Amino acid sequence: MRESANNLTCTEFQAQIPELIGSGEQIGNHPHLRSCRLCRALLADLDAIAQAARQLFPVEEPPDALWDHIESAIVKEEATSDLR
Amino acid sequence: MPYYTSSTQLPSETPKSSTAEAAYAPTERVASISATNHDQAEILARAQAGDHQAFAQLYSIHKKHVYSICLRMVGSIAEAEDLTQEAFLQFHRKIDTFRAESALSTWLHRLTINVVLMHLRKKGLQLNSLDEIMQPASDQRPGRSFGARDLTLSGAIDRLALQRAIKELPAGYRLVFVLHDIEGFDHNEIASLLDCSIGNSKSQLHKARLKLRASLRNHPQQEGHK
Repeated sequence: MRESANNLTCTEFQAQIPELIGSGEQIGNHPHLRSCRLCRALLADLDAIAQAARQLFPVEEPPDALWDHIESAIVKEEATSDLR
Repeated sequence: MPYYTSSTQLPSETPKSSTAEAAYAPTERVASISATNHDQAEILARAQAGDHQAFAQLYSIHKKHVYSICLRMVGSIAEAEDLTQEAFLQFHRKIDTFRAESALSTWLHRLTINVVLMHLRKKGLQLNSLDEIMQPASDQRPGRSFGARDLTLSGAIDRLALQRAIKELPAGYRLVFVLHDIEGFDHNEIASLLDCSIGNSKSQLHKARLKLRASLRNHPQQEGHK
């Protein structure tokens, strides 16, 4: 693990990433990143994954038969509540 | 008194019988698909008043959204179908409690996520213990995962490979990843939804992303294409 300009090792820096990202700070300005190409690449990857995921999932159609099951369940529930 | 018949035809579905076809003329079906907010408010009001066809219309309007959330969160078609059913049953039970302060889709979104979370809790998912259960394998630990290649994934992420990698995430990782990166919840909301600490939510998200990265690097981009 290499030392960075601010004396954080990559391991130490990476241990802080969840908190740094989660806090909404501009993590790109972190001193460690100025001198560490590998951690910059890591962050670029994580960002790319998050961006790609946002546009990822197509809207899926449930099977037609599902409504029949839901409708039957509603009928049962209402029949039960009428008996009470 | 039950107001459902045994075969309430969905407005936007292909009719299954001539009787059902007669019940919903094509123009009505088209109208339901392109329901405006005003239309939806009217449909909702009718459903709240006990109109079964109106509830079927609401199902048609929102079914894809609800089913897609379930599928993303659990990754299994069978479970997603069961959870979609449960979400709509709860929607039906609670429809009287909905007030128009928020959009119905937002309310239903939250309801669906709660249904999925309840299901996962029943299955025994304990977010707080995930760190112990799902320690990344040594090749996924950050310090060792990116030394071999100086390659960023930016601009080169294969959709199918990412989709598959998300599906293969351990349940807890996938849950936090989907809630945060796909559904758009922040860590405060996730912590509240999952009854865990904010730090835990951040940590799970980071580990999920690391695991996805490792997975994407292990599978060449072309793999998703045949």
